[in-house]
Amino acid sequence: MENILEQYKSVTENEVSTWFEVGVTANFPENSGACIKYKTKQVAVYNFTRTGKWYATQNLCPHKMEMVLSLGMIGDKDNIPKVACPMHKKNFSLEDGSNLGGEDLKIATYPVKIENGNVYIGFTD
Amino acid sequence: MLNIIVVGNGMVGYKFCEKFVEKSEAKDFKITVFGEEPRPAYDRVHLSEFFENQDAKALEMAPAAWYDDKGINLVVGERVADINRTSKTITTVKDRVFSYDYLVLATGSSPFVPPIKGVEKEGVFVYRTIEDLEGMLAYAAKLKTEKPDARAAVLGGGLLGLEAGKAVMDMGLEPHIVEFASKLMPRQLDSRSSQVLQLKLESIGLNIHLSKATNQILGDKAITGMEFGEDDILDVDMLVVSAGIRPRDELGKNCGLEVGVRGGIVVNNKMQTSDENIYAIGEIALYSQMIYGLVAPGYDMASVAVDQIVGKTESLMPDDIDMSTKLKLIGVDVASFGEPFMPAAKGHSVIFENKTQHLYKRINVSLDGKSLLGGILVGDASDYNMLHQVYLNGMAIPEDPSQLILPASEGGSSFGSVLDLPDIAQVCSCESVSKGDICCSITEGESNNLGDVVTKTKATTGCGGCKPMVVDLVNETLKSLGKEVKETICEHFDFSRQELYDLIKINKVPDYQEALNLFGEGHGCETCKPLVASIFATVTMETANKQPAIQDTNDRFLANIQRNGTYSVVPRVPGGEITPDQLMTIGAVAKKYDLYTKITGGQRIDLFGAQVHELPLIWKELIDAGFESGHAYGKSLRTVKSCVGSTWCRYGMHESVTFAIDIEKRYRGLRSPHKFKGGVSGCIRECAEARGKDFGLIAVEGGWNLYVCGNGGATPKHAVLLAEQLDDETVVKYLDRFLMYYIRTAGPLVRTAPWLDKLDGGLNYLKQVVIEDSLGIADDLEQEMKGLINKYECEWKQAIENPEMMKRFKHFVNSDDTDDNLKFVPMREQKMPKAWS
Repeated sequence: MENILEQYKSVTENEVSTWFEVGVTANFPENSGACIKYKTKQVAVYNFTRTGKWYATQNLCPHKMEMVLSLGMIGDKDNIPKVACPMHKKNFSLEDGSNLGGEDLKIATYPVKIENGNVYIGFTD
Repeated sequence: MLNIIVVGNGMVGYKFCEKFVEKSEAKDFKITVFGEEPRPAYDRVHLSEFFENQDAKALEMAPAAWYDDKGINLVVGERVADINRTSKTITTVKDRVFSYDYLVLATGSSPFVPPIKGVEKEGVFVYRTIEDLEGMLAYAAKLKTEKPDARAAVLGGGLLGLEAGKAVMDMGLEPHIVEFASKLMPRQLDSRSSQVLQLKLESIGLNIHLSKATNQILGDKAITGMEFGEDDILDVDMLVVSAGIRPRDELGKNCGLEVGVRGGIVVNNKMQTSDENIYAIGEIALYSQMIYGLVAPGYDMASVAVDQIVGKTESLMPDDIDMSTKLKLIGVDVASFGEPFMPAAKGHSVIFENKTQHLYKRINVSLDGKSLLGGILVGDASDYNMLHQVYLNGMAIPEDPSQLILPASEGGSSFGSVLDLPDIAQVCSCESVSKGDICCSITEGESNNLGDVVTKTKATTGCGGCKPMVVDLVNETLKSLGKEVKETICEHFDFSRQELYDLIKINKVPDYQEALNLFGEGHGCETCKPLVASIFATVTMETANKQPAIQDTNDRFLANIQRNGTYSVVPRVPGGEITPDQLMTIGAVAKKYDLYTKITGGQRIDLFGAQVHELPLIWKELIDAGFESGHAYGKSLRTVKSCVGSTWCRYGMHESVTFAIDIEKRYRGLRSPHKFKGGVSGCIRECAEARGKDFGLIAVEGGWNLYVCGNGGATPKHAVLLAEQLDDETVVKYLDRFLMYYIRTAGPLVRTAPWLDKLDGGLNYLKQVVIEDSLGIADDLEQEMKGLINKYECEWKQAIENPEMMKRFKHFVNSDDTDDNLKFVPMREQKMPKAWS
């Protein structure tokens, strides 16, 4: 079961080889998360309508290995944008994927860009 | 660079590493730790929790990566076999040799297994490591398939033995405790407190056998029983031996270190053994001719050894070690401090005993009546922290010492302010944090709240027993500085729930975003969003469909998210009354969507394992058959449970089912600070368990008795009588007022029972507000409730009839595929989620 986690590695904007189109912005609920599929990956996309910012991370919560992060509530803690896993409320930074409770859990993050009203997520594969 | 080798990676060995790497001198040392168990150090004190979740990781003191981060070389699964003091090297069982400048022995202890005939039989276990527990679990599971009423005994009625008793009880075996002495916990308790504890444990299902010496273990290959004497046999299918510990001092013994007659490596107050380069800490260290089997002295020893190695030679182990202890044993508070047993020549004892409530308190006071020497608490140890401090610091006690332990209603008084403690008073003994450390952290501006204090001082991060005292200290210190101590919602709203409720209502705020713009800052979080959602639900009765983004995940999808990210569905079954046709509809839907079904505690049926895209399809069918949302996912009314009442029952006084249905329909969909439940019983036999609910009605001659503010769960509480012999109409009037008053004033996620506890004036005040209308708001409360009731609509019906609202019931935004990670495994002719690990 470890391999399910291994396919998620953070991607920085410079490394992107494929910008994958995942639909128009209106498909993504405001101030919430939603889940998209890319090959075998599930990626959570977060639409911060208040700030106009977008983030993307793996959908898998590494704590109990559940595909649920896109269902979590988003917001910020000390000005760091975050998502709270709906299962046990583990908080993850959407900037670097680190656990904001200081635990040894980390999630992969992906770059997002918006062009002509479409949402694109950056991958290396 | 000097090499330190730590032998043993238990709690104390770990604590040594943790304390060491905090020192600035640590950079001049390289630490290598050897542990024989296959995993890094874990919290053995809370071992029995492993049965609840079987999550070994949750017990870890720190994950393996922590050691890496700190530059510590952790070697697990490799035991150190030999020490060569001349060459200053150690050899492991894999014949690897490592050299050291300092060696720290923290090998702990092993369970003592008395030489009883037959003790080697299958089914006999010891209780020490996670592997022991896994062995017990596997054996218990096998036993239960062969014999549903299998029994397990624990040999030893001490602290660990009773923990083991809870463990076997949790495994579903009939638990028996066998103790050689004539009382339980002979080291900590006197005989009267031990009897009180015994009564309490027996009341929850433990069978206790005292004064029993086991002659032999019976059975051919596997254990079938224990023989104490002729014709004195206890049939058991499993045995856990918990008859004490023996220090694991072989390593020290073999290399010629000085050891005690009954084991343990002799150390001085620097924790040095007879070889100045070798230290011993924890349960193998024999200090002042004693082995200390508690974690706090072990941690102190680790601290002293660290200081000595880095050159702080003034840090020494004190001569007297405080063996006071407080623990929660199978849900029962047990504490002893100072001298629990005291000869009459040394002082007087004051004893409070109430066997009906399983309470026992004893304090020992000096002959002159001026100081506290020790004591024992069973059943309620809430006074422990303060009594312990009074004892440790020799503080003055009241002229009538009974006030220290009597219940407040009997003239007992609680202590003065926590700020009266001397600065040196040790508040957190696990982390050695004094009152001065905590207060200074605030007065010197380093900390501004509880969170800061915990991060800076580490207080409460050990066993957590000192938490109430630390909270009081922080609040009192802040108050003394003139800072307001306010229960604000979170970093985004600097208001209490009640304040924000008023602001939203008075200013007619339309939605969460506007509330944040007007009264908050930042972008919200999982604390304030659902709280504000609940306020909107109360102010305007809006359903969770209107602002899905601020709902908890359960409310957002109008279903309860479960283990593997699937959902469960609960249709409302008012009062638990259901027709055969409705039952068949539920059955047909469950079958069609392959759902696991179970009857809930609230007299309805829960359907598990639905995927998000199936939820609307399932609800369409249920709604077409006349069902509506059960709001099992919401902080709202759950069910009103009923007994069958005078309609069928020959004892029934009134129609409890009819009334329960009326009330459940009245308050369905009503959102509140926390979930709430009701019950209606048709007579005082109370089959609906109405007094375990937030509101309960019991039929009596002449009407209904109305009880409020009870609950089951982690802190069960019986509801208390608000009014007697009411007619239907008055019940509803009082309920409207009571519920609305609770909804308006309770803090977030506070159920009715703790709300009443905190209400100034308590039950009498609540009676005045609800019955006598002392605040003059009764009309308001009733009107407000009426408004909410009139606006009720089923939010599932609303959702499936609106294409825009339906959009969210889909796993992927960019594909119609479903989540392919879901795996189920069969269980008793149904299915359950497959565990990931």
